Amino acid sequence: MDRKIRQADLAAAVEISPSYLNLIEHNRRRIAGKLLASIAVALETTPEQLARGADSGLLDQMRAAAAGMSQTVEIARAEELAGRYPGWSGLIAAQAHRLSALEERVQVMADRMTYDPELAGSLLEVISAVTAIRSAASILVGGETLDADWQGRFHRNIYDDSIRLAASSEALIRYLDAPEADSPAHFAPMDEVEAYLSAQGFHLSALEAGGDAAALVTEAGLRSAAAQSLLEAYFKTYLADVAAMPLTAFAAAAKAGGYDPVALAAQFGVDVAAVLRRFASLPAGANHPPMGLAVADASGALLLLKTVDGFAMQRTGAGCPLWPIYAAFARQGQPLRVEATMPGTNGQRFLCYAVATQAGAARFDAPQVLRATMLVMSDPPEGASQKVEVGVACRICPRVDCAARREPSAIM
Amino acid sequence: MAKRVLLIEDEPNIIEAISFILSRDGWTVHAHENGETAMAKVNAFPPDLIILDVMLPGRSGFDILRDLRAQAATAATPVMMLTARGQAKDRELAKRLGANHFMIKPFSNADVRDHVRALMEA
Repeated sequence: MDRKIRQADLAAAVEISPSYLNLIEHNRRRIAGKLLASIAVALETTPEQLARGADSGLLDQMRAAAAGMSQTVEIARAEELAGRYPGWSGLIAAQAHRLSALEERVQVMADRMTYDPELAGSLLEVISAVTAIRSAASILVGGETLDADWQGRFHRNIYDDSIRLAASSEALIRYLDAPEADSPAHFAPMDEVEAYLSAQGFHLSALEAGGDAAALVTEAGLRSAAAQSLLEAYFKTYLADVAAMPLTAFAAAAKAGGYDPVALAAQFGVDVAAVLRRFASLPAGANHPPMGLAVADASGALLLLKTVDGFAMQRTGAGCPLWPIYAAFARQGQPLRVEATMPGTNGQRFLCYAVATQAGAARFDAPQVLRATMLVMSDPPEGASQKVEVGVACRICPRVDCAARREPSAIM
Repeated sequence: MAKRVLLIEDEPNIIEAISFILSRDGWTVHAHENGETAMAKVNAFPPDLIILDVMLPGRSGFDILRDLRAQAATAATPVMMLTARGQAKDRELAKRLGANHFMIKPFSNADVRDHVRALMEA
């Protein structure tokens, strides 16, 4: 409660005791109905805002921070912590984010050491030259009698290999000392792409206006070639969606039709996955509901992620198997509509649309490649959708009787 | 008659050094630089022992080792592998495929000679 109003005055205004108000403030008592409405009036806010309490994005990040560690923490009291100490809570979230980024960086560098053919080739060249020099030098100083011809050959070999060693060492140093902009990515390529798209709000006005995708890729300034390649592919899909669903017409139709992806797919002659992507690219501040998007492959890996407050999904680590994006794989081509709730979000509802489609052109005798796309819309109107209680990750999920549980929860 | 060693290795100066050391130790050494044609060389020049590099042009030393162990004539021929790849998984793979010894570059001449002697005496 940020407004400068004394606790005792507020308690008096809503006709409860200061000690009871104190419990409410520290999230030790849940309130609803008339009392919630009265406090909201006194604080000049809305009951919804008041009920939501601490910033749900921050809570998601705190829970994710807890999920990433083995220690047992009082996850059920995360909201209380965030409410009382938002600065410290923000620090926990920021440190967890930093830790996650550093872990990914270590993994990328480890992969680079293991699999980078350029680095492996340079190291092999150095080791081969060192081996040849060592053997030849050992022969020369080994005390055996060598005739002049053999001595000359091994001296020449050492000289040749020393030149080779110098050249390969220099190449290795150049490679390792390469300026960051020219070196392979220090972060996962998709992280770079998502950071860029997130900064644009996943809405690319230049492409909406018919801008040049190649120029925009250059302008994006992504460091790694892999990230640039991913962004090019994303832009290609984005442009196709723009062509099929021009912004003005699509936004108007979406609003008028209550954001029904199946109806819009029929109206614009596209598949449902394209409509879900287009929803996620609608501009912020145009009175569209907040919408998140995830794209997964059949391994469960999230290939693209636009988050929405309250529905915490992370691209790294295993998520909740009950997310509709995974259920979609079992019903290829059949769109799912599910009303999901996350634990610890005061019953906030999320409408999830998910559909799995064939990736690329169909081919005979080839493995089927599927992609599932899921849109997450917060606070949807009450509807007749199937209701599912989902989670973030098993370690921080309090749902006791979940058939999908992989491991015990740290909070039960 | 001198025992025969086939050295399958693509670095000419390493070939020269190892050939020199083993020749001085009484072995007849033949060298071959290409992985793809290595098995033909093995069959044309049946050796008493094979020194086999892992990283070869055309075909890896692991693949060659697999073929050596699959054919009766070379199933029991001692094989010493040479590699700059000293990772545990490479050593395990070599052992699983039937290598008798695994030597990591850069090695010492004395180690090569001593292990060749030991393998032949085993």
